[in-house]
Amino acid sequence: MRSGNFFTSYAADMALFRTPLERWRMGLFAVAVIVFPFVATSYGLSLANQIAIATVGAIGLNILVGYTGQISLGQGAFMAVGAYSSGLATIEWGLPFWLSIPLASLFTAAVGVFFGLPSLRLKGLYLAIATLAAQQIVEWIVTHWTGLTGGTEALVVPAPRLFGARMNTDFRFYWFAVLAASGTALFTANLFRSRVGRAFLAIRDQDIAAEASGVNVFRYKLTAFAVSSFFVGMSGALIAHYRTIVTWERFTLEVSILYLAMVIVGGLGSIVGSFLGASVITLLPALIATSGRALQTSFPAVAEILPAVQEGVFGLVVLLVLILEPKGLAKIWSNVKTYFRLWPFSY
Amino acid sequence: MDVFAELTLAGLANGMIYALIAIGFIIIYKATDVINFAQGPLLLLGAYLGYTFLSLPIPTWLGLGLALGVAALVGVAIARFALRPLIGEPAISMIMATVAISSILRALIQGIWGVRPRNFPLNVDRPVVIGVAAVSLVALGWFFRKSREGLAMRAVADDQQAAMSMGVSLPRTLSIAWALASAAAALGGILLAGLVGVTQDITAIGLRVFPVVILGGLDSIVGAVIGGALIGLVEAYAAGYIGMGVQTLVPYALLLVVLMVRPYGLFGKRRMERV
Repeated sequence: MRSGNFFTSYAADMALFRTPLERWRMGLFAVAVIVFPFVATSYGLSLANQIAIATVGAIGLNILVGYTGQISLGQGAFMAVGAYSSGLATIEWGLPFWLSIPLASLFTAAVGVFFGLPSLRLKGLYLAIATLAAQQIVEWIVTHWTGLTGGTEALVVPAPRLFGARMNTDFRFYWFAVLAASGTALFTANLFRSRVGRAFLAIRDQDIAAEASGVNVFRYKLTAFAVSSFFVGMSGALIAHYRTIVTWERFTLEVSILYLAMVIVGGLGSIVGSFLGASVITLLPALIATSGRALQTSFPAVAEILPAVQEGVFGLVVLLVLILEPKGLAKIWSNVKTYFRLWPFSY
Repeated sequence: MDVFAELTLAGLANGMIYALIAIGFIIIYKATDVINFAQGPLLLLGAYLGYTFLSLPIPTWLGLGLALGVAALVGVAIARFALRPLIGEPAISMIMATVAISSILRALIQGIWGVRPRNFPLNVDRPVVIGVAAVSLVALGWFFRKSREGLAMRAVADDQQAAMSMGVSLPRTLSIAWALASAAAALGGILLAGLVGVTQDITAIGLRVFPVVILGGLDSIVGAVIGGALIGLVEAYAAGYIGMGVQTLVPYALLLVVLMVRPYGLFGKRRMERV
């Protein structure tokens, strides 16, 4: 009777997929992801695109908040940096989107390191407020540097093209979004099998102990900011080319909070959790809007209170997850797995 | 009146309101080590409560008392149902809990009062604002220095376990802290509404307290008053002399500078560990 996973070699313990079942599940999931666009409606596809892009951003934020323990409220600002720099690179320099997205990500990583500098002196709540300041300052620059960003007007980005074909239809963009999301997940999974990732975890768990055991806390904190901002910038850049229009409203403090909610609801320090959180937080308002429209025919008053209901339900979900399962959906998922592994002899 | 005096008066009035809001923030931080993101909606709630109760045919002092009382009850409810279950969770969970509360509060406010701006039934001018705020600040300061509950709160902030072993009830302190903070925010909201009317924009002022509390130090009441006055004045002068729009940026730029130079603020307790 198996009661857990017991590894007899370091290689097995460190493997990307640690059990055959995990390999099967991932294979099945991959098949589902590939089949999905051929059966889904266009509305379902656009939701899937949003989830995939949000997953990239949520994993990026999770690297910083969940794995390294540095609270950041500047997610929206970093996404704005990615979106605007990628959009401007295609407009001003005529770069193709597959080149401008990585470049914008790298640029965001550099900006992230700059705003990560206060983390060298500050911890916890003070750092949260410092990143809040970064958010407000970037927001101000974006809305006031009219010559570059168009200010409060939208920045129109040329449609992404590959071999002359437009790529920003839901169906075609899906493949890029999925590629980015799975690439991000794979990179992050491998990152935390490496020395660098372990150093992040050590800083989160006890920074003084980490320093004592030879982790250069200064360097690794900045590395965490860089890696995290890279992916956050990537998700911003993806949004820019998917929507072909960049407006500052997409990158406000509310967005930062939305992404924090994804990470919390999904589970801190978990890649599966980032995906689950991104899905739930993306689908929840869509679900409420759909059911609201269905009710609207019989109750016209529903349309007015819909935004309030969306906001209230969002708050309730976050609060309930925090109180009932602080480790998030990822923990529920692992509970389910444990239940079936031990079945029928559960504790 | 010349421009400078006018800007100073406007800045001081705003600054005193910021100080009041910041105190609510600091009370919660001191008692429970939580950054409260629900301060903005609590302001708006206070403004709407003030609007409702002051529109009733009852004396102003009674309406004001009722508005503050209801706000305090809301604070107690938040502490009881949302934050008590989370005692002992990491800081990020507590922050997100207050963010969630902020969403729920905004939804409730929209559900009850709608989003249309209202005219506030009571017009207050700036010297009155400064006076009311100053009196409340002194009262809160006295509360923390002299009263039994205030001392208990400081004890909890200093060391939860030691305070509990001396017979201080943690849940009770949590409730009192939230009741006070919520009432302070409500008073701030009412004063703001008296100046500009009841609009959804009041929520945004909740975020302005961050520069104030960082400047003054997260745990200092005197710091909050001076920080509030400073930020209010800086904002007024920036808007008056540099140009409209800059006043939203300057406090945050100042905040980053202060964080780099004196992370514990001008009056905060030096309790930073460095690695």
